Amino acid sequence: MPVKTESFYLNVGPQHPSTHGVFRLRLTLDGEVVVDVEPIVGYLHRGIEKLAETRTYTQIIPLTDRLDYLASMTDNVAYCLAVEKLAGIKVPERAEYIRIIISELMRISSHMMAVGFYLNDCGAFFTPVLYMWREREKILDLFDMLCGQRLLYNYMRVGGVSQDLPDDFLPALKKFVDEMPKYIGEYNQLIKDNEIFLARSKGVGILPKETAVNIGASGPVLRASGVKWDLRKMDPYSIYDRFDFDVPIGEVGDCYDRYWVRVLEMMQSLRIIEQAMKQMPQEGPVIADVPQFFRPPKGETYGYIEAPKGNLGFYIVSDGSIAPYRLHIFPPTLINITALKDMMVGWKVADMIIIFGSMDVVLGEIDR
Amino acid sequence: MEIVRPDLYTPEEADIAEGKLINSFIENCTSPIPDPDRWLDEEIHRNILLTSLDMAVAWARQRSIFPLIFGTACCAFEMIGASGPRFDLPRFGMDIIRFSPRQADVMLITGTITWKMATAAKMIYDQMPEPKWVIAVGACAISGGTFRESYSVVPGINRILPVDVYVPGCPPRPEAMIYGITRLHAKIVKGTIDNPGLSLNKEGKETR
Amino acid sequence: MTTALNGEELAKKIAEAVPGSVVSSDKSSIIIDGKSLLQVAEHFKNKLGFDYLTAVTGVDYIDYFEVVYRVVSMQHNQSIFLKARCYTREDPALPSVTPVWRAAYYQEREIYDLLGIKFEGHPYLKRLLLWEGFNGYPLRRDYL
Repeated sequence: MPVKTESFYLNVGPQHPSTHGVFRLRLTLDGEVVVDVEPIVGYLHRGIEKLAETRTYTQIIPLTDRLDYLASMTDNVAYCLAVEKLAGIKVPERAEYIRIIISELMRISSHMMAVGFYLNDCGAFFTPVLYMWREREKILDLFDMLCGQRLLYNYMRVGGVSQDLPDDFLPALKKFVDEMPKYIGEYNQLIKDNEIFLARSKGVGILPKETAVNIGASGPVLRASGVKWDLRKMDPYSIYDRFDFDVPIGEVGDCYDRYWVRVLEMMQSLRIIEQAMKQMPQEGPVIADVPQFFRPPKGETYGYIEAPKGNLGFYIVSDGSIAPYRLHIFPPTLINITALKDMMVGWKVADMIIIFGSMDVVLGEIDR
Repeated sequence: MEIVRPDLYTPEEADIAEGKLINSFIENCTSPIPDPDRWLDEEIHRNILLTSLDMAVAWARQRSIFPLIFGTACCAFEMIGASGPRFDLPRFGMDIIRFSPRQADVMLITGTITWKMATAAKMIYDQMPEPKWVIAVGACAISGGTFRESYSVVPGINRILPVDVYVPGCPPRPEAMIYGITRLHAKIVKGTIDNPGLSLNKEGKETR
Repeated sequence: MTTALNGEELAKKIAEAVPGSVVSSDKSSIIIDGKSLLQVAEHFKNKLGFDYLTAVTGVDYIDYFEVVYRVVSMQHNQSIFLKARCYTREDPALPSVTPVWRAAYYQEREIYDLLGIKFEGHPYLKRLLLWEGFNGYPLRRDYL
């Protein structure tokens, strides 16, 4: 006998243990199957773009820290790259190598958090997070040695970095890089062939190749769907063309591929750090000669990097004064979220949490 | 506490009602709520018959608080770091982090609060049972922080809720957060059985 | 290396393919007339192979609003900027490119929210970052 059913709205509200920040989802459910998804964002909108119109170019750097707070120095690098492109400033060699080492360390730290919290959603409540937190504390100790802060650094400047490396930074970094592959092997042994994990993530939430390109996805989400697009190889910025590394690509585009691409990228980052430590010049200036209130020429520019979450871009319009006329930030995670409806419809509520966790969002970036 | 029965049927009407509520918050919350700090001035008069029982209950309450982390932004990650194995927060009894407000004692507000989120913060605060305390962690929760001049940021969570302990920093180190929690312990241990929450402000009025 | 194509040469080809669409061009961008934006977008995606839209943003120059698009071709590794302008201050409107590139879905909603430019043909144009009932558009130059 046919049963009459009615769909209903479920609110996965802004304060929820597994929403990775203040993110709200309005689901339309038919029983337990998801029929429609509407993400609602804006609970952390702080108006950074409007505030940037009244601050000088150097005063905007602490504001860009608060965008993706898990990999905050890469946001600084993207902003400084855009301003240097606009004004035609050349960065000294030693500063370039320091920026590369720091960007790759931030990539390792951010991917560890992404994998850890994804496994948190899968059901392994906090054990992988705390294992990876142990290594993250070592990275944060390195940054504490460098600039005195653990989370939001304000270390980059337009034209280089603000201070040189202390004497015991490089030996500590070498010790970290030598013992890290053993720890990544430990995580793989715990996680990779676990039956519950494979049953929950293999074949779930598939993002096909054409959809991924059409929605403008970038970062590990795009590479897990099989598209070979990494800005460090296709459009090298800074001095990335001097290093030798591979770009891992997935096959199917499900949640397991997104997790495995992140683990492989961590190993490639270790390779880049080793090569950078060998090639770095021993001494030299670390910042170009830039005045305190500097006025770039009139014009506009678009600077972009390969951040851990995707392609982070800055669009700056300058009218010749000490503050920009317009600053716009392109967050990779907001554009990746366009695919949520394609990936979630037809699955159950429990899978919905896993699919969202594998996208690795940070709300500070989406809402700005 | 009154029960609100919304009479809504479609998502569009729900959004419009949410917008009206946020606008009413902006108009009404124009000055900060005074802090409940009367306990610093007066001596607590304990009932002579129940003194040891009072002290035992207050000691037990101080050493087993259940926190609720209302984490919006960057400070939440330093809070998670404080509960990690290195800066061990569970040694104070705050082991289990509750995600439901009905089971929590302390609300830790970490991160920037915007006007859109303020309604959710007030709703969660109202659901917590007495006695309850609030700790504001980070510069953004205390006074708006770097973003104070923005059009959509609440200039300090004490416009909306009464706050007991303020922990400054951007973000504060985990050691600073643990110090803030020990200051809250010093307040809780002064409570009595009939007044455990200590929620009077300097003029003697209830803040909750 | 992603080569940024020269705007002036590409503008000549576009003017032949979709007549009456190009207003002007300079070294790195092509300015397109608002009414023929959708046709030019389809030409770029289907005929020239620019299938990856990376950026949509809007700027308020006080005489006019300008919306900037950056499209990339993954096959040939090239990129170009397209711009569209609208000259009215009350109710500015432009056609939406969401039917061609779905990457513009959230970015156009954000431009509507913060600058007030309406996009015709967008499937769900609603405020994204601010709440319903917010008065005004914050990123305009005359918002205080």
